[in-house]
Amino acid sequence: MSVRLRIIAAIKQIAEEQNVTLPPLTDDLSLHETGFDSLAFAILVARLEDDLGTDPFTLAEDAAFPHTIGDFIRAYENVPA
Amino acid sequence: MSPREIFALRDHLGPVAGRTISDTQHIIALSALATQSARATQGARAMQSCLGGRGGELAGRSVLLATSGQLLAGLAMIEIDGVARRLLLCPPDLRDDHLASIVGDAGIDAVVTDQPERFANLDSDLMFPVALPQPVESRAQTSRATEWLMLTSGTSGVPKIVGHMLEGLCGAIVGDNPAPGAAIPVWATFYDIRRYGGLQIFLRAIVGGGSMVLSDADEPLANHVARLKACGVTHTSGTPSHWRKLLMSGAASGFAPRYVRLSGEIADQAVLDGLSQAFPAASIGHAYASTEAGVGFAVNDGREGFPAALIGQGGAVDMKVVDGSLRIRSKRAAHAYVGRNAAALTDDDGFVDTGDMVELRGDRYYFVGRRNGIINVGGLKVHPEEIEAVINGHPEALMSRAKSRRSPITGSIVVADVVLTEGSDATRSDAIRNEILSECQAKLAAHKVPAMIRFVAALDVTPAGKLARADA
Repeated sequence: MSVRLRIIAAIKQIAEEQNVTLPPLTDDLSLHETGFDSLAFAILVARLEDDLGTDPFTLAEDAAFPHTIGDFIRAYENVPA
Repeated sequence: MSPREIFALRDHLGPVAGRTISDTQHIIALSALATQSARATQGARAMQSCLGGRGGELAGRSVLLATSGQLLAGLAMIEIDGVARRLLLCPPDLRDDHLASIVGDAGIDAVVTDQPERFANLDSDLMFPVALPQPVESRAQTSRATEWLMLTSGTSGVPKIVGHMLEGLCGAIVGDNPAPGAAIPVWATFYDIRRYGGLQIFLRAIVGGGSMVLSDADEPLANHVARLKACGVTHTSGTPSHWRKLLMSGAASGFAPRYVRLSGEIADQAVLDGLSQAFPAASIGHAYASTEAGVGFAVNDGREGFPAALIGQGGAVDMKVVDGSLRIRSKRAAHAYVGRNAAALTDDDGFVDTGDMVELRGDRYYFVGRRNGIINVGGLKVHPEEIEAVINGHPEALMSRAKSRRSPITGSIVVADVVLTEGSDATRSDAIRNEILSECQAKLAAHKVPAMIRFVAALDVTPAGKLARADA
């Protein structure tokens, strides 16, 4: 499964656990509009760290937190393997 | 104070015969260590000493008791109490690099040990070998109330030295003496008797006219329980972690103590219920005690938490809750921290702040965790223990540890490691995880629900018998 698909799957899993109804996950959807709160994002980032072996938001000291789903996925895709 | 007023440990050894203290290797008759008059009523057994009759040289000294095992420690406690000015009990896990500062802070001027190599740089005049009891001509008389010094079991830094008197240490021990002709109670504990929880059981055995069966950190659990059965143990205690380990091992079958106590950690409903099932005939209770505050209270109604009515009663153990933490003013409490830079043990009103956080629900207080164990999830506070209590309520969860995991978003999030009961179906692990998560979601605020649950084979337990939280 690609990084993108794994991220989407993790988002859907957490949405189910947190009783969040997701809008369609398009690249230009702002993270705010997903309905996720900071706790849900914290869980997402921790699970992706276990799944993908990286946490791009802790690695880079100056990392700006992404604004859209597309930015979020690219943060993982751009981490050097 | 005249010698008559002193009641030392050895004065509790007569006149009942047949009392012993035992470990994995030896069974020692306590009568040989009793006072002259008590021995006379038992047929004048030879007087024995574990200090080679040199106990008299310890009169008025500050003694460090550092033995490789618990048996020699227990025997030496009996012989030294009432003789030395101070008696400092070294727990088994005391680090050598902490020894020097403790020796200095406690004003130690004698070391009773079977490990001379450990004190090679100490003046040999200060060293007193301790060994199994041997017949001697005479023994030191008791002439003073010895100050007992114990070390706290904190996870980092030099342990604090806590000063107690025997009267306070024995303050919760009442009416346990067997009636003449009744069976001798046989006490055991998973604790080490050089720590507060274990010392309580040792003192109950000695003061309450019983025998004592010691634990051994290196002994496999099944062998330990077999020994408890063989010795006919009637009374026993340990931490919830100790008891969960026993329940998990399957070794409990055939072991039938009539008195089971938990202390040292939060006793949740799951472990209380598990013990009721394993020991249907036993009285099962949990006690609150700490090295500093002493024995606070016991709860014997089979439920977790404690009745709110215990707070603010005054009397011998006066308790209050301030800023969520339990405070205790008690004659059983330590009288001071000892040392050059020792902090105050109590507030101005004489209350010890236990650092144990409680929460009132209905007419009962529940322990929720340690103040310094709080996890901060995006500014919201979480006690790992409250999460563990929910997880442990799952029938297939034997024990669990909730802990903090760093998060770039919220600072921390909560994750949990869970040990499943023996015989749990590994193929059901996803289902069990979902069941535990649903239970957590139903009972806990969202930030307290573990973000991840990992199944592990075992969780570390500290030498003091508590769930290891060093990396939490």
